[in-house]
Amino acid sequence: MTASKDKEEISTYKTQPAEILAIRDLTDDTRYFKLRCKDITMNKDFQYRPGQFVIFSLPGVGEATFSLSSTPTRRDFIEFGIRKVGSFTEALFKLKKGDTIDIRGPYGDGFEMEDLRGRDLIIVSGGLGAVPLRSVLLYIEDRREEYNKVFFLNGARSPKDMLYKRDFIAMNQRQIIDTHLAVDEDDTGEWPYNVGFVTQLIPKLGELIDSENTTAIICGPPIMYKFVIQELLKLNIPKDQILMTLERRMKCGQGHCGHCAVGGRYTCLEGPVFTYYDVQHIKELI
Amino acid sequence: MSKEKFPEFVELIKNKGKLFGPVKQKEKYSYEEIKDYSELDFDFQRTIISPKKFITPAKYTTLRFVKFGQTEVLPDDEPQIVMGVHPCDIHAIKILDRLFLGNIKDPYYAKRRENLIIIGHSCLPDDKCVCQSTGTDMVEDGFDLFLTELDDFYLLWVGSDKGLGIAIEAENLLEENVSEEEIQEYVRWQQERSSMFTTSIPSYKYLADIIHLNYDSEVWEQFGEKCLSCGTCSLVCPTCNCFHVDDKIMMNAEEGIRERMLDSCTLPYYSMVAGNHDFRPDRTARLKLYYTHKLKEYIGRWGQPSCVGCGRCIAYCPVDINVITVSNALFEEVCETQEVCDQ
Repeated sequence: MTASKDKEEISTYKTQPAEILAIRDLTDDTRYFKLRCKDITMNKDFQYRPGQFVIFSLPGVGEATFSLSSTPTRRDFIEFGIRKVGSFTEALFKLKKGDTIDIRGPYGDGFEMEDLRGRDLIIVSGGLGAVPLRSVLLYIEDRREEYNKVFFLNGARSPKDMLYKRDFIAMNQRQIIDTHLAVDEDDTGEWPYNVGFVTQLIPKLGELIDSENTTAIICGPPIMYKFVIQELLKLNIPKDQILMTLERRMKCGQGHCGHCAVGGRYTCLEGPVFTYYDVQHIKELI
Repeated sequence: MSKEKFPEFVELIKNKGKLFGPVKQKEKYSYEEIKDYSELDFDFQRTIISPKKFITPAKYTTLRFVKFGQTEVLPDDEPQIVMGVHPCDIHAIKILDRLFLGNIKDPYYAKRRENLIIIGHSCLPDDKCVCQSTGTDMVEDGFDLFLTELDDFYLLWVGSDKGLGIAIEAENLLEENVSEEEIQEYVRWQQERSSMFTTSIPSYKYLADIIHLNYDSEVWEQFGEKCLSCGTCSLVCPTCNCFHVDDKIMMNAEEGIRERMLDSCTLPYYSMVAGNHDFRPDRTARLKLYYTHKLKEYIGRWGQPSCVGCGRCIAYCPVDINVITVSNALFEEVCETQEVCDQ
């Protein structure tokens, strides 16, 4: 499913300017950025799939890779959820609405949403993993009739750490996607949803899905994969139907700089979406 | 071409652009700019840095920016000619070409490669050359011209249109007809050269499987313990091409450059992502990446490993971790557990 397709030729590192349309805080250290390419034709040509990523460039600071958090079904802008963890994001957080940032991409092999038509879907995210999977979720909401049952399980450390909390609560209320939100610990005492690890929600889905016809999509902190995959395998979901998106250090996004190699694969070209079947023997995976 | 005519031939080549060739410096050789024929010295096995320095230099600027605006910096158009490139290094350039000039072309590499004329030169092996094992001891393409040095004359191979152009220009220095005797002399030389190799990599053909079987072997830990994480192996390896990108701001805080520089997977933080999660925090994991990627994973991707047997890691690793010691150790490990040594 995620076998790499013939890639279009990307021949330069040329960036294009994009304007920041909106910024808002998602959590204490994570912000939502909404961008639009300044060149209108470029903006129209910016085709992408959920799971792909973009490289931002701030001259003087450097370049960094960010997952697209918006859906290609909604045109004219792209969205990101970005956590302040280093020097690049520190500089990025100083930008304001109306400022310009240079971007290049999209890169990577994302989710083939067309291939998932008619299937049951279990989407599991933890922490920052909600960023790329929000793209998948919004895509599905916009084309809900194309998919069978869809479950979304999202975990965060505590209510205040949940990214896109507003969006996801609204999603829960819309009931277009069967949404389950969990926090490891409820320090507010007012969390109306699940408390506990997101993995604990998986076994309950066993009776609701047709495992042969189910695809699971996972993204979260490295530690999460192992446990979530264990639970999914217990539900008899085929190994090649467990899709995961991986994070790696990247410099070029074009399969040249070498940093993102996992086994013999370059995450930037053949990933970041991999099937569990493809990578199950790669020991340094997580 | 007779040997007397060689200086004149070099003179002719020098008109084509900036000429580089092997120069002896304190017992070591290096490709340096050649001003005069006398500087050239072809009696060598390997230079410290391979000709990769002409196509992916150790450090170069890719972007220049001021407060408002930026310009991409592409390499100069000036042709560069490098003489004295051995078959192993030509194979290495072919490997780099496949990576950088595949369906995603690197603009900086492409420009430098386009402007590079490669003039190969025959060589004789020493005890560190393992190119016979890796099947890269001879070369049929990937050069513009190739000179085989025999006792009294050179045999000249033409490998490209550019090479042909030079050959046509040098018409009066070359002899078109090669006699049967000269061919015989070449064949004798070739056979003699082939018998001169003293070092080989055991079961090179099966190395990918051997590495696979040894994924969890303690051998890696032992090498990891020894490894200094200095990155010398990547610096001297003719096929190591990983790079790092860094921005620099000038003192006036108004302008700066983006630089690309060689990186090595054996260096710390190579696989660290934002938030300080390091996927390969220890030397063992990084060293394993170096050798599995080079000797095994390249086969899956390109059909051949990316070691060309030049012997640089053997000559320069300060703690003797090289393609020979690693493959020997892994091979012995397999022998201990499986009955594959009998072959």
